[in-house]
Amino acid sequence: MPAHDVLIIGAGLAGQRAALAAAEKGASVAIMSKVHPVRSHSVAAAGGINAAISVDDDWHSHAYDTVKGSDFLGDQDAIEIMCSEAPGEVMHLEHMGVTFHRNDKGEMDLRAFGGASMKRTAYVADITGQALLHVLYEQLMKHHETVERFEEWFTTSLLKDDAGRCCGVLARDVRSGRMEAFTAKNVILACGGAGQAYKPTTNGLIVTGDGIAMAYRAGAPLMDMEMVQYHPTCLVETGILITEGARGEGAHLLNANGERFMEKMAPNKMELASRDVVSRAEQIEINEGRGVGPNGSGIYLDVTVVPRKRTLEALREIVNLGRDFAGVDITKEPITIRPGQHYIMGGVKTDVDGRTPIEGLYAAGEVACVSVHGGNRLGANSLLDTLIFGRRAGEHAAARSASMGMPAVDTKAQLREDAGRIDGIIARPHDGRRVSEIKNELGELMNKHAAVFRDEQGLQHALGEIGRLKEEAGKAWIDDRGTVFNQDVLGAIELGYMVDCAEATVVAAIERKESRGAQFRTDYPERNDGEWLKHIDITLEDGAGGGPRVSYSPVTITQWQPEERKY
Amino acid sequence: MAEVHDRPPEQFTLRLRRYDPESGEAPYWDEHTIQLEPHRSVLEAILQAKDRFDGSIGVRCSCRQAICGSCGIRVNGEPALACHTHLDAAKSGAKDGVIEIEPMGNMPVLKDLIVDMDAVHWKKIRRVTPWLLAKQPVPEREYLVSKDSMVDVTQSMACIQCGACVSDCLAMEVDPGFIGPAALAKSYRFVGDPRDDQQFERLNDLAQDPQGIFDCTHCFKCVEACPKDVNPMGQIMRLRRIATGDHHIVDQNNGERHEAAVTGLVRNYGLLHEAELIPRSYGGNSWFAKFTPAAGKELLASFPVIIKGLLRGKVNPKIAVFGHKIPSSDLKSVQAIFDKIESRPERYELNLYITGEDEAPAPAAEPIAAGVTYESGGQDAPPTSPEGSVNQ
Repeated sequence: MPAHDVLIIGAGLAGQRAALAAAEKGASVAIMSKVHPVRSHSVAAAGGINAAISVDDDWHSHAYDTVKGSDFLGDQDAIEIMCSEAPGEVMHLEHMGVTFHRNDKGEMDLRAFGGASMKRTAYVADITGQALLHVLYEQLMKHHETVERFEEWFTTSLLKDDAGRCCGVLARDVRSGRMEAFTAKNVILACGGAGQAYKPTTNGLIVTGDGIAMAYRAGAPLMDMEMVQYHPTCLVETGILITEGARGEGAHLLNANGERFMEKMAPNKMELASRDVVSRAEQIEINEGRGVGPNGSGIYLDVTVVPRKRTLEALREIVNLGRDFAGVDITKEPITIRPGQHYIMGGVKTDVDGRTPIEGLYAAGEVACVSVHGGNRLGANSLLDTLIFGRRAGEHAAARSASMGMPAVDTKAQLREDAGRIDGIIARPHDGRRVSEIKNELGELMNKHAAVFRDEQGLQHALGEIGRLKEEAGKAWIDDRGTVFNQDVLGAIELGYMVDCAEATVVAAIERKESRGAQFRTDYPERNDGEWLKHIDITLEDGAGGGPRVSYSPVTITQWQPEERKY
Repeated sequence: MAEVHDRPPEQFTLRLRRYDPESGEAPYWDEHTIQLEPHRSVLEAILQAKDRFDGSIGVRCSCRQAICGSCGIRVNGEPALACHTHLDAAKSGAKDGVIEIEPMGNMPVLKDLIVDMDAVHWKKIRRVTPWLLAKQPVPEREYLVSKDSMVDVTQSMACIQCGACVSDCLAMEVDPGFIGPAALAKSYRFVGDPRDDQQFERLNDLAQDPQGIFDCTHCFKCVEACPKDVNPMGQIMRLRRIATGDHHIVDQNNGERHEAAVTGLVRNYGLLHEAELIPRSYGGNSWFAKFTPAAGKELLASFPVIIKGLLRGKVNPKIAVFGHKIPSSDLKSVQAIFDKIESRPERYELNLYITGEDEAPAPAAEPIAAGVTYESGGQDAPPTSPEGSVNQ
């Protein structure tokens, strides 16, 4: 039975960074992912990573921008840590081999990004996430003796001992179908968000809220779950992301009348206001009949104003995306986009070292909520979040494991239970609904009622529907009865994870009776600091009649008092 | 505004290659008809079949936007990313209107469209020491390197490790041990990186390995297969040029001598002089090469092939002895090309990653002789930006 000091679930940027950090501190480390690490969704992050590395910049400015971007819901102690450690982390990545693009002096070049008061986004063309992820994987290959990799292993649940401490996981080898118990002194969840609970979404098919739901079911509180980011520029049909780097390089947003409508909402920052503001402005144009494209459901993103050579060099990926997925040459004509689900600010509640309230369980990256993004994440802060808090979680877990013995836990019963649960899914009679049907319905429901604009009625309706979908998901049937690469059965488990995440989101959105960041309640259109300058925590109440229970935790304010937010 | 979104859904039939390792049965074909707009992807079609008809269809996928590299498959026999292939294009490429979908080649199939990338692709990647061996001392801030150098390695950095090039590599089909296009492109990402300290060691290693850079046969299959325009063969050729041109590495595989023989013969004769090629590739770039022991041994070994060629009329004895003759004016034009290229102070590398024209005035990259055309990733204009040069 494998046993490690630190076991990391998920091998995107947060997970790989945690693994390298823990190994560097001398811990025995394993990293497990349901896909090959370079397939992790960090790969799709395009625009860049924020750090105050310019000599004219100051991390305090980065921190203030982040606090303001969060609509003052972000915890300022955590934001200070992230922003002050950013320059060192980015330099470390550069030394590791990331091919950051340079300026004429040979230093790292920086581009403009939404909500930032100056250029502070380091980048590799518009494949920054891919470059970072692949370079970290290079390091995992280099350090193969100290970091053991379990690629294409699906985690089915967290192991807990009688004292309630997390002491490992149960997982299924996707390739063979074999179940195995992995004991560990510490488990770090780094398995991303839950974008697939929405349809459409920019997120990959693997982003199904596994870590959030596993932690939630194990009793860990979730925080800020109502805060769901809609990215302003997604392809109308598929929801594929067009990087904010496009606007960073100077692209305009135009309505059907050819107006740069951002003038009305953000006269100073225009297209580079924070994402919640831009998405809202776009949705207003669309709702009021000034949209473009089929059914007037889109907005033009005009990249033709960016010099062609610059577009080809720095935005190459979206030139290809436009050509291949929308049939548009973005260097010659505008492309139709609209807001689309992109990121969840919320997640498993952690402290600044990635610790959750469950001893031995850490979380980092999109799965976690520190909270550095609060009500709205700034573009190019997510890569930073994954790396800073991935590293910090890895280091802290390694230090903790140095002072403890390997937990002795009887895994047999839980192993049998999980294996039985999976066999049960495989054996379900074909009299309910297909997993894919329920998943589609859930995604459309969330995109309708828990999107850019929300209200009590819609959210309550969504909550009722989620209850029904949850029940149906518990009986949903599948076709594949095999063991080798049975993706069907994993899809059924993932559906359960997504329903849990969706439920927490809707419950929190109903609870927050104000508009802040990504949460805009048409029935409560103002921000209300007096009552709602606080985090909403959702905990799963066990037992009969159990379900999501709401509580609150304070927002940490260090140096920036809430003020009116203008761009 | 090009509206490609207004076409109604159509029916498409997929013929999927299925394989269930647990059944004990041989692979078989499975057909499904789905309904989607013609500009939607083959991946969406497979997923619709999976969602509606048969959830047991095995296919790796995630991002749907050609960046995660999961969904490498073969469509109508050609390697592709499923998410990056339009249904209408796939249908028009099908021989009987049915889109044929198979797992990638050169790698063992695990189930349906899922292949064992670790056993082949990743093993080869690990072969090339795939991490930066950074120059020391490490600076306090970033390494100061030229803007062009980082744009240059971005082409190989853009590889998403999908395996499409590996699937179609002809050299690997013949020699499974060939390091192959993806891994060699990956090694250029370090060789071309000015922060790497081991350029010579890396190149020497890959040149001396009989399955290294000189094992590629220039078939262009990987260039066609790559969905991200990484141009793996181009990267391999750049590795060769830096190995031989800059580091003067003479490899034990006669790769360097063979290239010198080809270019030397073309310079002297205007065309390849086939009979001289073997002796010069083994004995050095001179007429006397045929008298060296290495060349003699190779000639002797090739004797049956030469005789067979003569008997079948594939070798013309006169041309074999005296070489091709072309008009002297043509020969002069060919030699002028050599003179022009070789007189350049710096080697001019064509980086296909940047395909746009520059607004700035074009530096000296005008066509140097009639008949010489530039490849520039589908654009007609010659590349005029300095991104093309390798910074040594």
